[in-house]
Amino acid sequence: MSGNLAGTAGRLRRAGSSITAPRPSALPPALRQALSRLGWTVVSVGLFVGLWELAWLLGIADPRLLPPPHIFLGNIPDQARFFNTATRWQIGVDAAAGPSPYEAVGITVAATAGRVFAGLAIAAVLSVTVGVLVRYFALFEKLTLPTITLLSPVSPIAWLPVAIFIFGIGNAPAIFMVVVALFFHMVLSTVSQIDGVNRNFVNVARTMGATKRQIYARVIIPAILPQMLIVLRLNLFGAWMVVLVAESTGVGFGLGQVIMLARNTFNPSLVFFTIALIGLLGFLTDWLLRQVQRRILYWVPQTTGVLRGL
Amino acid sequence: MGSEPVQPFSSKDAVVCRAVSKTWAAGTARAHEALRAIDLEVAPGEFVVLLGPSGCGKSTLLYLVAGLEETTSGEIHSFRDPVERPSPDRSLIFQETSLFPWLSVWQNVAFGLSIRGAPEDERRATAREALARVGLAEAMHKRPDELSGGMRQRVAVARALAMRPKVLLMDEPFAALDVQTRAKMQDFLLDVWRDSGASVLFVTHHIDEAVALADRVVVFTARPGRIKSIIPVDLPRPRDPFSPECAHLRVRLTGELRGEVDRAFAEQEALAGAA
Ligand SMILES: Nc1ncnc2c1ncn2[C@@H]1O[C@H](COP(=O)(O)OP(=O)(O)OP(=O)(O)O)[C@@H](O)[C@H]1O
Ligand SMILES: [Mg+2]
Repeated sequence: MSGNLAGTAGRLRRAGSSITAPRPSALPPALRQALSRLGWTVVSVGLFVGLWELAWLLGIADPRLLPPPHIFLGNIPDQARFFNTATRWQIGVDAAAGPSPYEAVGITVAATAGRVFAGLAIAAVLSVTVGVLVRYFALFEKLTLPTITLLSPVSPIAWLPVAIFIFGIGNAPAIFMVVVALFFHMVLSTVSQIDGVNRNFVNVARTMGATKRQIYARVIIPAILPQMLIVLRLNLFGAWMVVLVAESTGVGFGLGQVIMLARNTFNPSLVFFTIALIGLLGFLTDWLLRQVQRRILYWVPQTTGVLRGL
Repeated sequence: MGSEPVQPFSSKDAVVCRAVSKTWAAGTARAHEALRAIDLEVAPGEFVVLLGPSGCGKSTLLYLVAGLEETTSGEIHSFRDPVERPSPDRSLIFQETSLFPWLSVWQNVAFGLSIRGAPEDERRATAREALARVGLAEAMHKRPDELSGGMRQRVAVARALAMRPKVLLMDEPFAALDVQTRAKMQDFLLDVWRDSGASVLFVTHHIDEAVALADRVVVFTARPGRIKSIIPVDLPRPRDPFSPECAHLRVRLTGELRGEVDRAFAEQEALAGAA
């Protein structure tokens, strides 16, 4: 109930209602809220960076091992040199050929992010489909669920050789790694979400004469969607990690490969630069998914407002 | 009751229960007898109130009549047809709110029609009409979580009415409302009932609610639920709750119920102690 109230209040605020705004202000409340959130993010990151820089000033952090941000972010063109896209290393290709360093950074980032999203999308569609089929067809459950349960605790790292055996190098093995890392437990999660659907919802549909197919399509799937998107968001970071592992073993070019290069050439600045990039990208993708969640799942009450009031 | 010879189902009764029993999880260690040998007829257009202590199986009986659960023994018929599965002819309004949060109010009301594949204009028109009947025409495009508890229950009533059911099964629909709102909702329900001509099976554990609404009050014993007595109420509506007749009925129902509530309580305490 109070969640609903908070949701309503949030909508009112978003609608720019003057009732909820305590004093007149030039900025619309929604923008003010976003700015304040951004402000605190800057403060939080600034605090972390400040401590690091302080450690460097006091001589605790050795700049050759733990270069502080002003060093590894200070010379971006220098770092960008290392973001070679694979074509330049191919035999018969001139070292000067190919994209400029900045373009190469962009291409590398886009390649890695693309793999993350492709993997997430495939894993989500596949696992929700399989999860629904498991509950829909009893025989399908008996045939597949034991194997899925058995495979779900296997670490994604163990699948890496399999990925390379089957797909060689390129995008496919990296995407396969993301899918395999998420698929099994997302199936199990889908099944348990289906079991948790409010029985009244199903019974309402039954009393109105809905068929099994209609019940699944119109009640069960919308009912599990909010939780499934949350599961997807939680798995987003997992997907980023797995993609880095896949790329670092020479599966095509990407941020993981740059990290490996930095390791092999003992270049801590490049390591931290790439980590900063990955952190930023992870943050942005999470934000993006949250926006998607808010758009699609407009009916889910937002409880954070209530919790913040505690 | 219950020992009379079983009648053939020749009557045109809206609901007929013959020796209906229900044991949850029958045949397992967790078997739990909820209803025993229920015999009950509901005439077309009749308003029957089921009154009984908590846990005596009132909701269970509605589920059985709706066709959502199977009887352990006994038979249920509705207009001569055996009840084997849920049917749009028998709408159940649940004890807890059950509106789909992902649909707008009118889409909720028109859900049953969309299941049948009705075109959008027809769905909208039916939803508008049903919502107007419960006084919520304004709320067409709202979402359920923007409504108050009482409004949500009215939408649930509208959703049930949109199916034009012959039997309306209502499981404590107004239990969560304050006294004034509940009184208003009862008046409104009586209007809707008169207009629709449906039979109503209405569950409550409020004696006042039974007095205000019923053509007949069916009083249940504590678990396993059996019919203790059936009390006809021949008072014209709207009923003045302070009239001597209503006061008399209230005293009578309180007497019928008192022993059962004590028994139900004692049993639940014993169960809790054993667990
Ligand atoms: N799905 C179920 N599975 C097993 N036991 C159940 C189930 N539903 C109800 N029961 C049991 O059956 C008995 C009757 O339950 P029911 O919900 O019909 O009671 P009620 O009269 O509606 O009570 P209340 O007034 O509290 O709603 C209770 O003892 C309950 O524990
Ligand atoms: Mg009940």
